[in-house]
Parts: sequence; C-alpha cells; structure tokens
Amino acid sequence: MIRAILIFNNHGKPRLSKFYEHYTEDTEQQIIRETFHLVSKRDENVCNFLEGGMLIGGSDYKLIYRHYATLYFVFCVDSSESELGILDLIQVFVETLDKCFENVCELDLIFHVDKVHNILAEMVMGGMVLETNMNEIIMQVDAQNKMEKSETFIFQSTRQDR
Amino acid sequence: MALKIVKGSIDRMFDKNLQDLVRGIRNHKEDEAKYISTCIDEIKQELKQDNIAVKANAVCKLTYLQMLGYDVSWAAFNIVEVMSSSKFTYKRIGYLAASQCFHESTDVIMLTTNQIRKDLSSPNQYDTGVALTGLSCFVTPDLARDLANDIMTLMSHTKPYIRKKAVLIMYKVFLKYPESLRPAFPRLKEKLEDPDPGVQSAAVNVICELARRNPKNYLSLAPLFFKLMTSSTNNWVLIKIIKLFGALTPLEPRLGKKLIEPLTNLIHSTSAMSLLYECVNTVIAVLISLSSGMPNHSASIQLCVQKLRILIEDSDQNLKYLGLLAMSKILKTHPKSVQSHKDLILQCLDDKDESIRLRALDLLYGMVSKKNLMEIVKKLMLHVDKAEGTTYRDELLTKIIDICSQSNYQYITNFEWYISILVELTRLEGTRHGHLIASQMLDVAIRVKAIRIFAVAQMATLLDNAHLLTGNMQRNGICEVLYAAAWICGEFSEHLENPMQTLEAMLRPKVATLPGHIQAVYVQNAAKLFSTVLKSQEGSTEGTAAQETSQLMIDRLPLFVQSANLEVQERASCILQLVKYIQKLQQKEVEVAEEVSALFAGELNPVAPKAQKKVPVPEGLDLDAWINEPPSESESEDEQPKAIFAKEEPKHSRSRHTEVDEKELARRREARKQEQANNPFYIKASPSSQKVYQESPGVEHIPVVQIDLTVPLKVPGLPMSDQYLKLEEERRQKERADKKKKEKKKRKEKRSGRGRRHDSGPESEEDITPAHMVDIVTEEMPENALPSDDDDKDPNDPHKALDIDLDNLVESAGRRPLADSEKLPVRSHRAAKVAKSPVEDGDAENTPPSQEPKKKSSKEKREKKKDKDRDRKKSKEEKKKKKHKHEEKEEDLLGGEADEPVVQSEDTTEVVALPTSTNAEVSDLDFWLSNAPVPSNTQEAATVAATAEADSVPEATSGTAPDSDHDEPKNSELEETKSSKHKKKKQKKEKEEKEKKKKKKHHHHHRHHSDGGADESVQNGTVEDEEPLPPMSNYCLLAENSYIKMVCDIQGNLQDGSQVVVSVIFENKCDSLLKSMEFNVLDSLNSKLQRPEGSGPHDGFTVPFQLPPGVSNEARLVFTVQSIVMPQKMKGTLTFIVKNEDSSIHEKLDFKLHFTCTSYLITTPCYSDAFAKLLESGDLKCSSVRLEEVNMPFHHLLARICFHHHFSVVERIDSCASMYSRSIQGHHVCLLVKTSGQTVSIDAKCDEPTLLGNVLDEIKQTFSQC
Repeated sequence: MIRAILIFNNHGKPRLSKFYEHYTEDTEQQIIRETFHLVSKRDENVCNFLEGGMLIGGSDYKLIYRHYATLYFVFCVDSSESELGILDLIQVFVETLDKCFENVCELDLIFHVDKVHNILAEMVMGGMVLETNMNEIIMQVDAQNKMEKSETFIFQSTRQDR
Repeated sequence: MALKIVKGSIDRMFDKNLQDLVRGIRNHKEDEAKYISTCIDEIKQELKQDNIAVKANAVCKLTYLQMLGYDVSWAAFNIVEVMSSSKFTYKRIGYLAASQCFHESTDVIMLTTNQIRKDLSSPNQYDTGVALTGLSCFVTPDLARDLANDIMTLMSHTKPYIRKKAVLIMYKVFLKYPESLRPAFPRLKEKLEDPDPGVQSAAVNVICELARRNPKNYLSLAPLFFKLMTSSTNNWVLIKIIKLFGALTPLEPRLGKKLIEPLTNLIHSTSAMSLLYECVNTVIAVLISLSSGMPNHSASIQLCVQKLRILIEDSDQNLKYLGLLAMSKILKTHPKSVQSHKDLILQCLDDKDESIRLRALDLLYGMVSKKNLMEIVKKLMLHVDKAEGTTYRDELLTKIIDICSQSNYQYITNFEWYISILVELTRLEGTRHGHLIASQMLDVAIRVKAIRIFAVAQMATLLDNAHLLTGNMQRNGICEVLYAAAWICGEFSEHLENPMQTLEAMLRPKVATLPGHIQAVYVQNAAKLFSTVLKSQEGSTEGTAAQETSQLMIDRLPLFVQSANLEVQERASCILQLVKYIQKLQQKEVEVAEEVSALFAGELNPVAPKAQKKVPVPEGLDLDAWINEPPSESESEDEQPKAIFAKEEPKHSRSRHTEVDEKELARRREARKQEQANNPFYIKASPSSQKVYQESPGVEHIPVVQIDLTVPLKVPGLPMSDQYLKLEEERRQKERADKKKKEKKKRKEKRSGRGRRHDSGPESEEDITPAHMVDIVTEEMPENALPSDDDDKDPNDPHKALDIDLDNLVESAGRRPLADSEKLPVRSHRAAKVAKSPVEDGDAENTPPSQEPKKKSSKEKREKKKDKDRDRKKSKEEKKKKKHKHEEKEEDLLGGEADEPVVQSEDTTEVVALPTSTNAEVSDLDFWLSNAPVPSNTQEAATVAATAEADSVPEATSGTAPDSDHDEPKNSELEETKSSKHKKKKQKKEKEEKEKKKKKKHHHHHRHHSDGGADESVQNGTVEDEEPLPPMSNYCLLAENSYIKMVCDIQGNLQDGSQVVVSVIFENKCDSLLKSMEFNVLDSLNSKLQRPEGSGPHDGFTVPFQLPPGVSNEARLVFTVQSIVMPQKMKGTLTFIVKNEDSSIHEKLDFKLHFTCTSYLITTPCYSDAFAKLLESGDLKCSSVRLEEVNMPFHHLLARICFHHHFSVVERIDSCASMYSRSIQGHHVCLLVKTSGQTVSIDAKCDEPTLLGNVLDEIKQTFSQC
C-alpha cells in the first residue's frame, strides 16, 4: 500500500499532497516538512530509499523518492510494494505529466494541481496501484478532459441563449 | 430573473479561479497568511451563492488551500453539494475535495451515500470512476456497508475501466466492513482471470494485500497464482504474485519446492531488476521455510547470494541498498553463505550513503563470531567517532550493543573488553541510549560474577569522573549510566579498591543536579557503601575513622533530604536517621558494622524481564473478584501516587535472599586470583597496578608480542578497549601453542602412526576459549512459568477483522455456504439491482438449496438471463464432465502403482477404502503440490491447453466457476499422455458417467420442484432401472389401542434451524366418533412443543379435527429443539372422547415420541465439486460403520439411506457412492458407501461427531431391521 504521495520543490513548498490515510492538516504539514528535511539533505548520487520518518508509518514504511530538476516526488509505501517497482511508477507518473502538460515544469504543477490530482487518480487509487500503463492513463485522462470541455461548451452556450 | 443571471455571471467573471488564487499567493509573499484569509472570506461568499459553477470554483480553491495546511472542513457541506452536481466537471472537483479532506468523523459524509450510489450506477463510466476514486479515500464503515453490494455489482461491469476500479476499492470496503469479504470473495477470485490485464492486476493487488495480513486463508489460491505466475508477462503483476508467494511459503513448505524452479528460471531470464530482486527475495523466503538439510538447495542459495553480490557491487546505489536488504534475510538462516562476503559488507560500512550504511550494520549483526567480534566492534567504534549525525551514531551504538549482547553474550570471550567498550561508549554526547548502556552494564555485572571486580573498579572511576560525562546533565541521556555505576558500586562494594573515595564521590553536592531516580540510587547505594566502609574501618584499630565516615554521611545527606523528589527524600531521611543512630552507638563504642552490613546482606539474582507476567495464577484465585467492597469513585484518586514509587525504583522492590553466599564468593575470588596469577597477559584492575608479565616456564619459546608501552594502558575514564584486541590475539596464540604442545605430547605418548592433521589451519570457532571462566547466570523465572508467551498482537489492527476463512467459499456451496446473515445488505426498493447480487448471480445449481428462496428479479431480466443460462448450463455440464474426468485421474494418481482402477467393488477392507475415500478429500492444493515440478516446456503446453479450455467455456466467468479446475485438467492431461493404457478404461467410464449424470440431473430437477413428499423420496437414488424398489414409508407407529392408531413422521424444518415438524396421522379404528383429541407431551429442556399463543406450558395441542369411524387424518405439530446431536424420546399422552350414540367415554393413550438424529437431517442435494471441497476442508470428523449381511441390491440400499435418513446421492460409481445431507442446524454429513457382497461399509464425515455417531447407529438399525 502507498500511504502518501508528496511532491514538493527544492525549498520544501508543497506542490501536491495526497494522503491515503487521514491526518489532520497540521500533521500533514509536519509530515511534508519532515519528509522534505530528510530528502533534501541527501546527495544526488545516493540511493532513493529512506527508512520512514517518525511521523508517517513506522518501521514497515519506506520513503521512495526521485528528484527531478526542482521537484521531489516522494512516495511513502509499506513493505508490500516493490521498491524498484515504485521507482518505475514515479518515472511513469512524471512521464505522464510530461505528456499531458507538454514539457512539464514546476509552474504547471503550481497552477494546475487539480489536473495533477486527476492524472494521479488514474494511476493510484486509495493507496493501491491502479494502472501502470502510460498510454492507458493518458487515454483515460484525455477522455475525461474532453468530456469536461464539451460540458463547459454546453454550459456557455446555454448561458448565451439566455 | 434575467437580471439576476446576468448579475451572477458578471460576478463570476470577477471571481478568482484557482490560477488567480495561486498567482495572488505568489505575489503576496510577505503577507501570505493575510492574503489567504481574505481569499477564504471571498470563498465563503462564493459558497453562499446559488450558482453551482461558482461553488465548484470555490471548492476547487479550497482544495488548494487544504494542501497548504488550511483546515477546510467547515465547507464539507458545500463539497457535498458540488459532488452532487450533474456535471462531470463539478462532480470531479467535488469528489477531489472530498477525497482530500473527508474522513471518518466528517459528519456530512452520511449524506453522500445516496449520491454516491447514484453516481456508481451512472451510465457515464467517468461519473462512476470519479465516485469510486473519491470513495476509496473516504470510505467509512457505514458507507462500506451500504455500498458494498453496489460496488460488487460493478466488479462485473462491462467496462474494464470500471471493473478494475471496483475490484481495487473492494479492499478498502473489506477493511471497513469485514463482513463483506466472504460474499465478495468468489467474484474477486474470478477477477484474477479477467481478460483485461488491468482488472487482473487490480485483483492480484487486492488479494495480495489481503493475503499479506492473513496468508493462511489464501493458501488454496496458490495453484491459481502459480498459473498466473507462469503465464503473465506483466512485471507489475508478477512482482505482486511473487511477493505473495513469499508470504505463503512459510505456511506450506511444499509450495516452496514447487516454486524454486520457475523462480530460478525467472532469475536467469528476466532483465527487469525489480523482478529479479523480488524473485531472489522469494527464493530466500522459500529457502527459509524449507528445512536447511536439503542438499540440492545450496545451489539456490549460492545463486541468490551471487546475484545479490552483483547487486551490491553495482554502481546504482538503489541496487546496492536492496542487495544488502535481501542479504540480511539470508543471513538469518544461512549465515555461512553470507559471511563469505564479509569484505563487501564491511566496505559498505564506509559508504557515503547513510541508508546503505544502516543496512550494512544490520548485516554485521549476523556476521560476528567469537573470532572477529572485537575486530568488527573496533571498526564500529571508529565509525562512532567519525559519525556526525546523532541518529546514525545512535544507530551504531545500539548495533554495537546488539552485536555484543546477542544470544546471551555468545560471542564475547572477554568481558573486561566489553565493559571497557561500554565505558567508552559513555563518552558519546547527546545520545538517547544512555539507559541501554546502563542496562548492559547492570546485566553484565550481575550475571557474570567473574567480572564484578573489574566492573566495580571501572564504575568507581566513572563515578569519580561523573562531571566529565555529564556536562549538561538534564538534557543528556548518558547520565543514565551513572545509575548503573552507582548501583554496581554499592551492590558489589566489597570489591572496591577504595570504597571511601567512591562514597565521597557519590555524596558530592553536584549529584543533586542529577535526575531524581538516579539520585535515589545514589542515596541507597551510599548506604551500602557506608556499611562496607564501616566494616573495614572497625576491623582496624582506629575507631575514629569509622566515626568520621558516619559524620560524612550526616553532613552530606541533608542535601538529599531536601530533594524535591519524593523517592530521594524518603530514602535520604530514612538513611540519615539510621546513620545518626549508628553514630550514637559508635560513640558508646559499640561495634555496629556487622549489623549494618546485615541490612544489605544477600545476593540479588537476575530476574527475567517477563518473569512477573509469567507467574501463574494460583488455583482458586480470581483476580477480577473484589476483595473488599468496591471503593466509591472518589477513592480511586488516592491510588495514583503509588504508581510513582513503583515506577521510579523497581530494583529495590525485589526481595532479598537471606542466606549469604560468602563461601562461594570467596571461592570464586580465590579461583580468579589464581587464574590471574597464571595468566601472563592479565592486567590487574587496580589503578596503580601495571601490566604484569609472569611468563610461565612452559611458554618461553612463544614469541610474545611486546605491548607498545606508549599506549597508556589505563587512564581513568578514557578508552582502553583497543588493548584487548592485542591481548586477545596473544592469548589465542598462546592457547594454540599450548594445544599444539599438548597434542604433540599426546601423540608421543600414544605413538600412533597417524599422520599430522591438526595443523595450524584456520582457527575454528570452538578453538577459542573465553578469557576467563565466564559464568553467565541465567535469569530467574517463576516456578510453573507458563511456557510460551503470547505474541501481543495489536487488537486495533484493522486487518485482524479480515482473518476470515475463505476456502470453503470458493465453490459457493462449500462447507459453510454464505449464511443469510452474510449476504450484503441490499436496499429493498432497488430490487431490480439485486438480481446481480453474487449469490443470485452464481449458478442456481451451485448454490445450496438450503438458502432462502431469493427475491424475484424482474421478468425482463429473467428472460434475458434465460438464454445465458442455457449457455451456461451447457458449459457447466461440459465442465462437470471434465471435472469428473480429472477426478478419476486423480484417483489413479493417488492409487499409486496399482494398475487397476481404485474404485473397486470387490474389496471392502479399510486399507483399500482409504485411498478411495481420499479421492475427493485430497484438496486441489494437495494434489497440485504433490506433483513433481513440471518441466517448463510441458508447462507451456499445459497453459495452452488451459487457455483452450477457457475459450470453450466463455461464460464461465459470470458464474462461480471453480477456477482451480483449470489447473487439474491440465495436470491430468499431462498425465494422460504418459499413461495411455488407462485411456480406454477411462473413456468407457466417462461414457457411463455421462449417462448417469443425465439421469441424475433429471432427478435433481425433480426434487427441486416437488416438496419433499414421500413418493418423491422413493425415487431418490434409483438411478438405474434395475429392480423396482419395494414401497417404503417413513411413518412409524407411535401408539395404538382399540380406538385409535397413531403413526408419525418427523422431519426437520427447512425454514427454521431449530424446528422439527412432526406429522401425526390419526386413524380411527373403532366405529364411534372420536373427538376433542388433545395431544400433549412433557416438554424437556431440549425440546418443546410449540403451543398456540396464550396457552400454558402444560396445555395440550388440540387436534383441529374429529374422526368419524374409519377415517384418518393428519395433524402437524411443531417442536423446537436446541441441541440436535443426540436422539431424544419424549413422553406424551393423547386424550380423546369416544362418542357413541348414547354415551361418551374419556380415553387416553400414552406414547413415546422418538426424535432420531436422522429426523434432524434434511435432504439436500450437493454436487460433486462442492462435495469434494467440503471433504478437503479438513474440518470434518471421521467415523465409519460396517453392515454385515445386507441382502439387497446396492441401489436399494442407497434408496433406503436416502429415504429413511434424508440423504441424497452425490455421486455413484459402481458399488461405491458418496452421499450428503445437512442437518437443520447446518451440520454437513457426508457418507461414502461401499458394498462388496453382503458387506456394506460406510465411511462418514461430519462436523459434529456425536451427531454422526448417532446417525450411523440409526442407519445400522435400519438395515438390521430388514
């Protein structure tokens, strides 16, 4: 199970947080801070696994992260997930973002966090991996966006009618 | 109106959207909080508007703010509003917001149930998808209960997109509502073979997650997973399955054997590192589960270790990390194979990556031996010095202690070295583990008697230099060490070189700054020291010295008397008074030392940590009973302070033994001195003593490495452990030399001509003897200690609730079919949906008929279903044949070498009976496991065959298909090619079987529709048109006299598990009218007649008819029974009036109503596959009976059992038949009837042995009568 997915930048500013277990807002922020603290002080060429922090999980949990340019993608997972599998999943996630936003950069995540959530929802659901095939994910995301567009079109046209 | 809309849309134009909000926040870096609070105010305004678009926009912004840490739960209701919008755009926003901030205690969540249900059934797949995604994040027990059925329906949705989401969310539903697991499991299992890889992956995911917590319940799925493993190409799925196998193998070693080969193949073939790694991991798990004696598995271990070495040597740090992680698993069982890679692991200790260093540390734990312990610890100590971060340093510290103390200090050869390591560790600043070091010091000092002198000296130094290690005491965890030091110095004060000095050190004013519990130990042990000092001083002539010591105590103790800590205060004032009294006595020149030391006489034995828990409760003691009247609530507060004492100073609450072990101590001391004298390398503990070289004459020729004297051998409070390394080396060298010499001598003496063999080869473990006679005192346990301590599992673990036995469910009509209560709640007014509920959906034939008639589905649906059903039936039949085929083959396989079919009529001996009875019993799993590993090429062929079969039954997925079947035919087909000589026989049999099947079908059909009448039962079991059956009746005579005859039949009530219906036929034998008949029985505790409402417990049952002459009529009486395992007789009376033309006479007739156990059984059809499942479950008790001289055709025999004892024939092969029945309380009774000649043997199984015994007796009786 995945317990949390966090994206934050090099300064620890959260860009996306998805907790699959309930925490209060304060704890969530604390977890983000702690995780940032743990992750940010690691060198570039060390391994991508970290024994879980104090707040989230416990001995059974691991932080698995990847660092892309200005962003950290951190997954907090328990022992039922394969470490290397999750690393691949992060890669898939980022590549999907790249496809959906066309050359994704931090700004995309800053202004369209809702879209990132929607993409993530097609990959991970309730802490379990739903889909790992990038094409399938993109197809579903596109279909939903198309639907949204058609709705706004109808919505606007009805408004104009009145 | 129009104006309002225009106004609304103008407002909307000025609303900020999410992008504006983000931009705004970025532009207000200095007063971000203020800006956001104005934004929240705006959002509140927006939420008040009617326009859903505005609301959705507001909610979208709130979701963003939530991420920044703002509590938005106040908008929960608005979120629900947005969720319920009909537009997908808004719905998605709403669900996203809900998934981010709803949780179990959000109260508006209960408002969402209907909305979610509506969305789940929406024609738009994305509405459903979005609802499922949202629900997965905030599902509550209530939601899970209410929606479980809807979600289960979605598991069979036409769109794979919905299916996979529905499958995945079921795990969350199970967690919140464990009752749903059993009903949903068959369908979940079915999804493992879904054509869509995504759905399959989701199902694998869920089952793996379930099985991880309660693996034993999922063992039966192993064949299916095995098939998936060999056929799937999706690495993600493979990884999950392989991980799952890792969890299953410890439970079933045979599984491991089967796995090794395909896994090894995967290891060799795969290019994906993730898969390779998981394979290695699971192979390790397999090897752990197998007994280590397997010779051929050393190759597998070698392969694993070798692959892991490649990983560790890889430049990718991730692989390095994982390699070490997996290595540590091998370490537990195969330490030898890991130890050969010690170089590599020690190298990893120097890695710059902390994660990797930590993993390497873990490995070190298992790598130590007596030989290398010192060396490794030395290396670690270097790391301790170098480490910057406290966490890593603390980790090192605990590891050092772990490594040294593991398995009862097994690897420590020199405890002096260990003590000095501990002392060195005290120099660590800011460590959290002071208490750990302290407990080690205490443990070693108490349990290793030989070391006490040395330990005491070291501790005295520590106490003396306390200021060094406790620079900033309160913050510093290391001062815990002083606790140990003070206690050791006090307790073993007789070993102190200079007790007076230590006493003074313990009474320094600075001590008052230590934490309370440490001060308390100081005070207490000062008293112990005092007594020792007195003793030595009184022995000498000067009496003044002793008085001075007392004065010192009296001067210093008041400081502690003033302590704020209660414990310290109490001890100090107590001891102060004592010393004052002693002083008084001293002034009178009374010798007090003896008496004072008697206060602290006796030795403390170590007590095992769990000893207290294990004290058995004496018989007759009820710990929960009140000793006195329960106190009123106000009193309970008084109990509070007690805890403080108990907690602060547990050590002193121990009772002391009164007997003094002085002699023993003296003896040991003597022995030790002797040893020291003989050991040239021993360093005396006294601070003044220098290294003493006393080379014994016999060892001159040994080259002694001179110790570099520039290394200070002993500086108070400074490290000195390194010297032990050298010393140890020398010692060993010497020992080796000694040994050699001895051996030489021996050889000389014996003059044996054998060649040299014991050369200076590498030293083995056993060669290393400990430096001194180490006596590790075992910890004491109370007498009668309970043997095993229960693993304390977390009672709040949500996964515990999911520990549900699922095996019997697999075929839906198994041993414990779904009870009514286990069906998922379905809302009645949505009856149309119900048609798809799992039980309903399952093939009607396969569901146990004992279940309540189901709610009728709408007609249209039925009609649609009809066609399907037809198809399905066909496929079912086909499958059944196949099933049959394979079962027969199974028999053959099990029958072993015997070349004849196992089912043979001639033999009725038990020996032969056994394999036959196991034919159905041997579980699929057992069967699957008993096969030798299938070579991979044939496996492929088999897979092809299996898929072909799957194609032939396209509808299989919609029913509750016995999935494991796919496996067996595959295996049996393989078998078939091998043994073609069986073929003909089998084909023949199949034909027969087919015919039988057809007939049977027909009969079953009959039974479904008629209602258990007598004539129907007669037909039951007559499968062949052989001889016609003699007429049979179950009505037996109850009582008879000249007026009336009563016969009765007793049947269990299908509807109610505790009711029995007695049908009594009253026949008028005289030529008068019988009226006012009253039927009465004496109720027993177990059975009661159900009387009409309002009548008393002794009133009779009024027969609702009169009987004219020659007429008979039937009345039905209902009895409630509690226990059905024993037969029972009830006495009763029938009173009636015989009315003639002129007179009427009261008459009565006594009778005994006999409730046989048979009467509690209900004829229940059962299918062979379900029957096999039932038998294999292993929960049934076995029993058997033999009937001699039965003179009737086999089918008559069966018919009789069917008729008289309410059984149904499951399967009949020649002279062997399996039968099934079910009691009104749901006990399964299975029979295997075999006949040969006149002997009939019946093997029976039932979950209730008493019931079974009685039923068998009754069967025996039936046949003895005829």
